[in-house]
Amino acid sequence: MIETRGLRKSFRSRAGRETKTVDAVRGVDLDVAAGEIFGFLGPNGAGKTTTLRMLATLIEPDGGQATIAGADLLKDPGEVRRRIGYVAQGGSTWDESTAREELVLQARLYGISKVEAQRRAVRALEAFQLTEFADRKCKTYSGGQRRRVEIALGIIHEPKIVFLDEPTTGLDPQSRAHMWDEIRRLRTEGMTVFITTHYLDEADALCDRIAIMDHGEVVAEGTPADLKREISGDVVQVGLDLVATGEAEKLLAAEEYISRLERLDEGGLRLFVDEGATAIPRILRRVDGAGLDLKSIELHRPSLDDVFLTKTGRSLRES
Amino acid sequence: MKLARDTWLIFQRQLHLLLRNPVWVFVGVFQPVMYLLLFAPLLKPALNAPTQAEAYKIFVPGLLVLLAIFGGLFQGFGLIAELRAGVIERSRVTPVSRLALLLGRSLRDVVSLLVQAVIITLLALLFDLRVFIGDLLLAYLLLALIALMTSAVSYGVALKVKSEDALAPLMNTVAQPVLLLSGILLPLAFAPGWLQGIAKWNPFSWAVDGTRALFSGDISNDRVWQGLTIITVLAAAGVFWAARQFARSVR
Repeated sequence: MIETRGLRKSFRSRAGRETKTVDAVRGVDLDVAAGEIFGFLGPNGAGKTTTLRMLATLIEPDGGQATIAGADLLKDPGEVRRRIGYVAQGGSTWDESTAREELVLQARLYGISKVEAQRRAVRALEAFQLTEFADRKCKTYSGGQRRRVEIALGIIHEPKIVFLDEPTTGLDPQSRAHMWDEIRRLRTEGMTVFITTHYLDEADALCDRIAIMDHGEVVAEGTPADLKREISGDVVQVGLDLVATGEAEKLLAAEEYISRLERLDEGGLRLFVDEGATAIPRILRRVDGAGLDLKSIELHRPSLDDVFLTKTGRSLRES
Repeated sequence: MKLARDTWLIFQRQLHLLLRNPVWVFVGVFQPVMYLLLFAPLLKPALNAPTQAEAYKIFVPGLLVLLAIFGGLFQGFGLIAELRAGVIERSRVTPVSRLALLLGRSLRDVVSLLVQAVIITLLALLFDLRVFIGDLLLAYLLLALIALMTSAVSYGVALKVKSEDALAPLMNTVAQPVLLLSGILLPLAFAPGWLQGIAKWNPFSWAVDGTRALFSGDISNDRVWQGLTIITVLAAAGVFWAARQFARSVR
């Protein structure tokens, strides 16, 4: 459904007298299959939005190729526009308009007749549970309602693929869960959904496949389960005070069943092991035997954050 | 065909939103009416006009051109609000014509200007202004072209600067010399030679002269066709340039 090869974009920014070139996206290759929810995960500034805006024809790539829903992005952006929907991160509704007006106009901008546009607006309002507010001005809506209007706007012309830029940013947990259901519903209706997010749990729970982006490049791609399996094994986190952390690090570095270990800023260690269940007693014995005061011990299945950490050397939470 | 349909869609929406908030009619008419009531009475003695009606024949056309210039130049503010709300970006991912995004908005501005112009003209009739309907309609055409140009330019600049803080001083800086050098408030016939020399380079001074000629029933005056030609060319150039800004990436 989406195939990109070497998609690039750099921006020139001026700081005082100097002009700097920032490579926002440096050669992205993606393959997104029809009917999947594909997640683009990465910290802010990783190039997710720039990539998305290129795919949505809003900015022209500097280089590379892309085919979207069968249309060539560089040669025929007009055809791409007809086949895709795009929902921006910062909102797209006008305070003084009503949801119904926005939906009808949006449909008509795609060349749909007035009668059909009105029919589709009614259907969209029902599907997104907006009928009750349909004729109120957008400025009276809650954050979640407004986001639902925006998504309804993005798919009013029944595109094959819809791009959602951080669809749940700024929503409360309940609206977020609700939005996830809406996005899954789009997939059920046969749409391919491409979302960007910087929430790990969102990528994990919602997406069939994800690509992790950092500094303008895709550093990993696969299903969340595969990616986690790739950094094989479990993570054991031990809580120690700062002095004991140093001691324990020296002790445990020599243990062959620990593939990697990391210090935590607040004291304590993260130990990457093949199998947590058998490693825990051995770690316990070793630390206890040396007379160090062990405060806590936890077993983690690897998370997408661990994947991110392994691929980029830093945690998504801190970047 | 598609251009006409798309332009109509954008125009309808913009007009609908404008009508929903009719305060603009009051605001748009209040200032010119103040000029008409509080400034124009000074003109008869100042211009040495034989009657009040003669003074209005000079002043009203200038006032209308002023309205067209300023009304247009400040439309960009609304567009910046739309940019911020993401409305423009949402339009740009649809196959809608980029020229229509501009024309629909600018035509709304032209219509709202013409409504104001009609109100002002009707009020001036109460003060004994008399003008032939044919001349008046031609004058309105000239005003419409001025408003089309200034609003298009304002939208283009708004898309470039993307902030009210930059747009306001920019537009004021442009508008002030344009205003002073066009003989809007007082005819440039009173100006010293050097000032008239500079004003010749101001397209709006030609427009003002043309409109004044029409209001005094002098349709065969060269300034009429000259003003119309100059403003038509500039309006076309302004629309062309601004439409390109809509087509290029926003942000």
